[in-house]
Amino acid sequence: MRGLVAVYRKELEDHFSSTRFTILLTVILMISLIMAFMTGSALKRELEGFAKPSLVFLLLFTVTGALFSLVQFVAFFGPLIGLVLGFDAISRERAARTLPKLVAQPIYRDAIINGKFLAAMTTVSVMLAGILLLISGLGLWVLGVVPGWEEVGRLAVYLITSIFYIGFWLGLAILFSVVFRSMATSALAVLALWIFLAFFVPMGASLIADSVAPVPSDPGSDVSAVLSNEQVKRVVSYVSPIALYTDATSVILDPMRKTTRSLILMGPLERLSLSRFQNPLPLGESALVVAPHLILLMAITFVCFGICYACFMRQEIRSS
Amino acid sequence: MDPVIETTNLTKRYGAQVAVNRLSLEVAEGEIFGFLGPNGAGKTTTILMLLGLSEPSAGTARVCGIDPTREPVRVKRLVGYLPENVGFYEDMTGFDNLKYVTRLNGLQEGVARARIEAALERVGLVDERRKRVGAYSKGMRQRLGIAEVLIKEPRVVFLDEPTMGLDPDGTQRMLEMIQLLSRDHGITVFFSSHLLDQVQRISDRVGIMLKGSLVAVGPIQELAQRSLGVGHERYTLEEIYMRYFRQSEPAGVTR
Repeated sequence: MRGLVAVYRKELEDHFSSTRFTILLTVILMISLIMAFMTGSALKRELEGFAKPSLVFLLLFTVTGALFSLVQFVAFFGPLIGLVLGFDAISRERAARTLPKLVAQPIYRDAIINGKFLAAMTTVSVMLAGILLLISGLGLWVLGVVPGWEEVGRLAVYLITSIFYIGFWLGLAILFSVVFRSMATSALAVLALWIFLAFFVPMGASLIADSVAPVPSDPGSDVSAVLSNEQVKRVVSYVSPIALYTDATSVILDPMRKTTRSLILMGPLERLSLSRFQNPLPLGESALVVAPHLILLMAITFVCFGICYACFMRQEIRSS
Repeated sequence: MDPVIETTNLTKRYGAQVAVNRLSLEVAEGEIFGFLGPNGAGKTTTILMLLGLSEPSAGTARVCGIDPTREPVRVKRLVGYLPENVGFYEDMTGFDNLKYVTRLNGLQEGVARARIEAALERVGLVDERRKRVGAYSKGMRQRLGIAEVLIKEPRVVFLDEPTMGLDPDGTQRMLEMIQLLSRDHGITVFFSSHLLDQVQRISDRVGIMLKGSLVAVGPIQELAQRSLGVGHERYTLEEIYMRYFRQSEPAGVTR
């Protein structure tokens, strides 16, 4: 336990005093502030004349402004935070030859990897929480709308989900730093995996969907073909945690969304019920809709770190 | 009195390759034991097994009466280890590097500070303690390594090639410090080297490793008599060593 605390403390100090962290934080802060300001002022213009706007506050995070929304930004570039914080966790100790010395101290070996993971997770949490609070503050100032408990709750769920999501990438990066001896190799490998999951999986999903369940040239004629095409695409794209995360958070942050699907087959009765019940979902219901997504995200984070843990514990420590 | 380090038939295999072959060894309390052998003879592997950092394929080891394979943390509490080419956190000062080690050892702040000061004094780095380790010379790093071992106040220290890459002056200081560990602190020193005259100068006993097997062990004088025969007034460890080394080579390869 005390080994874990010592490693955790040292790693946390390292993170917060590193140039890497400063640069990362500055970039993210800049981008999110600009985005929040732009969406904020756009929203303000649109809301002129509304007596009592409801659920506006969350729009601050989800509305696509000039470029993209904060949620999209985190989904896409959040992984990079994890990768940057983790890619050299173990390989740096190996390169500096501090690892043999470290494991020769009277601590359990897992204290090293747990301490490193937890310290990076804390750094990520502080970063994300800081950004969310900052944007909320800016929103209050620009819009003059005070968020209700419901919205705060949604933001909290979003924050925790995002921490786990970035935690997955962090675990992945640390795993690569355990497996590969050189820092450059581990950085490149993990970057390649991110590019694959972020760009190639969505592309591959549509390709596979088109070949497995092709859509006829006149899409109106065969609804079921369109649907099954959509289904295949969804299933394949869930290979990437980015798709999983995007679907989960879009429901969490938008009370009006009742499903993660973008295409719903609707009969007359559904249409009727939809027009009748145009009410926002309570937070609990929204969470229920994406419960599988949330659980899956946490599960892959734990599995990823578990693999990383096992690899590290079984590895031979050689000084050279 | 029980030996501080004791191994019986300690063996380590990496696949088909045998790194350490049935090593049986005893080192008594307070002794300086020189572990000799060419590169790749299995010296580092032996040390790693004695520290519980590597699991033996067969045989047993005991350090201070504890099995390092079963209870590595207990052994590591009593044992200091200076790896070959020891590394430090380059961006941190010498003092902060030592402070991290005291934290890993669970020392209280006050005790830790006192021990760090004492260790820095011992190795002569008091004036450099606020400098970044990145700016240290090789000799200073090695001394910082010794300081790191000292602050644990260990019963046994393992030094892996402690004089490698040092200039003559640095080597001399290092050897003096090793003798100091044994004399002033009563610490058992187990150090590996392939530099024979150094080993000869400070060791009470030596062990010679060749290709994973311990071919000879004992005080240098005894080894000289055994291998070179009585009557040799003057001998060097080198002669003894080469004698064993030639014997281990297949006939015809070396003259």
